[in-house]
Amino acid sequence: MTDLTDLTLAEARDALARKDFSAVDLAKAHVGAVAAARALNCFITETPEQALAQAAASDARLAKGEGGPLEGIPLGIKDLYCTKDVQTTAASHILEGFTPPYESTVSANLWRDGAVMLGKLNLDEFAMGSSNETSYFGPVISPWRRAGDPTPLVPGGSSGGSAAAVAAKLCFGATATDTGGSIRQPAAFTGTVGIKPTYGRCSRWGIVAFASSLDQAGPIARNVRDAAILLRSMAGHDPKDTTSVDVPVPDYEAAVGGSLKGKKIGIPREYRIDGISAEIDGLWQQGIAWLKDAGAEIVEITLPHTKYALAAYYIVAPAEASSNLARYDGVRYGLRVPGKDIADMYEQTRAAGFGKEVRRRIMIGTYVLSAGYYDAYYVRAQKIRTLIKRDFETVFHDGIDAILTPATPSAAFGIGEKGSADPIEMYLNDIFTVTVNMAGLPGIAVPAGLSSQGLPLGLQLIGRPFDEETLFTVGAAIEAAAPKVELPKRWW
Amino acid sequence: MSVDQATVKRIAHLARIAVRDEEIGVLQGELNAILAFVETLGEVDVEGVEPMTSVMPMPMKKRKDIVTEGNIADLITQNAPGTEDHFFVVPKVIE
Repeated sequence: MTDLTDLTLAEARDALARKDFSAVDLAKAHVGAVAAARALNCFITETPEQALAQAAASDARLAKGEGGPLEGIPLGIKDLYCTKDVQTTAASHILEGFTPPYESTVSANLWRDGAVMLGKLNLDEFAMGSSNETSYFGPVISPWRRAGDPTPLVPGGSSGGSAAAVAAKLCFGATATDTGGSIRQPAAFTGTVGIKPTYGRCSRWGIVAFASSLDQAGPIARNVRDAAILLRSMAGHDPKDTTSVDVPVPDYEAAVGGSLKGKKIGIPREYRIDGISAEIDGLWQQGIAWLKDAGAEIVEITLPHTKYALAAYYIVAPAEASSNLARYDGVRYGLRVPGKDIADMYEQTRAAGFGKEVRRRIMIGTYVLSAGYYDAYYVRAQKIRTLIKRDFETVFHDGIDAILTPATPSAAFGIGEKGSADPIEMYLNDIFTVTVNMAGLPGIAVPAGLSSQGLPLGLQLIGRPFDEETLFTVGAAIEAAAPKVELPKRWW
Repeated sequence: MSVDQATVKRIAHLARIAVRDEEIGVLQGELNAILAFVETLGEVDVEGVEPMTSVMPMPMKKRKDIVTEGNIADLITQNAPGTEDHFFVVPKVIE
């Protein structure tokens, strides 16, 4: 028998239904893989006992023919999702030891459908970062390496643990979150598929908030079909989140393999940024050719406010973060550092509890919301956000079904290589992904090839609001046309 | 626009984060790098543009003003660093 961890989620699901092996066998194989991969630092908390108990319950349901859509499927949960009675840290010292007495809606949806939890995955602290280097619990090491070079590489971020664990075959899929690219960029860096659905598609209830008008939950998986299966379980209306939208969740898996005939794919000229590498541009051109060959119509489009998106994001996101993170004050949960009075206690607690990147963003956010600067920065950024959204509405109104762009400006980089001198250098990782969050649209990253150094590169598709199905259809077409990206063989 | 060291201290205090004196200069440099980066937004004509207030436009959802999950004071206080009889304990606020 091949190693059970080599299967795809869909294959494992079908094999469990046929009773080729048990959910407990499958859980044991993954618990073993997780324990053997501690060098990658993917997990902050492992939950092997819970995994085996859930798997035993899955076997009982499967035996009775009552298995759910994800029955017995081992998954990792980003440690930004609150999980009942299991430590939830947001990769921050300030939340170390916090054990929620409740379950996030999205993870609860996964357990409802039969999934099995292997543990809580590492991330950038409070999801602020593009390399997983800001975690209080240490960086995640990518399972990928440059050809013939053992330099440890970042898996991307903020969902770095999720992407690395899926690429290293520690789990069939993982939950992730995306505020400016935190699902799509790590997926692109690790040769996995990641989708950020439309804002409102998944409930944010029970997910530690970073920037509430940008945050959205989504899955990372090993292929488009597996991502579609996971999103169907994760998505849905939730009365506990007033921004969650009450629209039916389609069977996304049915969209995989659909025809591209008659589909119009937009190619935005503004994404051809100055200094784009020949490798990334070449991949993009290759993607255009694949979609054309598959029967799509390719249309040159313009999204004129693209170049302002990243700057506007670095006002809106820190502003919302400064407000959301005000709750960490050493009173109701998490770390407390004593002070000479209550104000000093707040200040000492927050100084000790937040890492440098989080502190920087809270301070920028505080500044742009402060008296005298609010209109010049925050209100202006929100107006520009309206213009960015309008650009997309215009092209969709003109009949574009999806937009094809590169996912990242480069392949994965080495740990410690970027951003230590200038925070902007790290922020530029999100240049292709951040517009999607600003406009609330769905976006998917699909592996499309390897760099000259043998590292995965991804393409991004941007869709109409609540039309994730087209992204799965077109994403599957790219996956079918692209040379298969073989995940790294185990060295850890 | 850029910030001076007094402003950095004021922001830190507004954000309720203690900052050591030797960190002020570094923070000033980082904040000014970000402020310089966002300067480009000044060139956009935003005359007559409404600021975005709702990502997906929809009517505000409402619910009945009733207790949904009550009597869980144990759960609410279980993670607090200091509690007494379901109260959060903090340093003395009034002398």
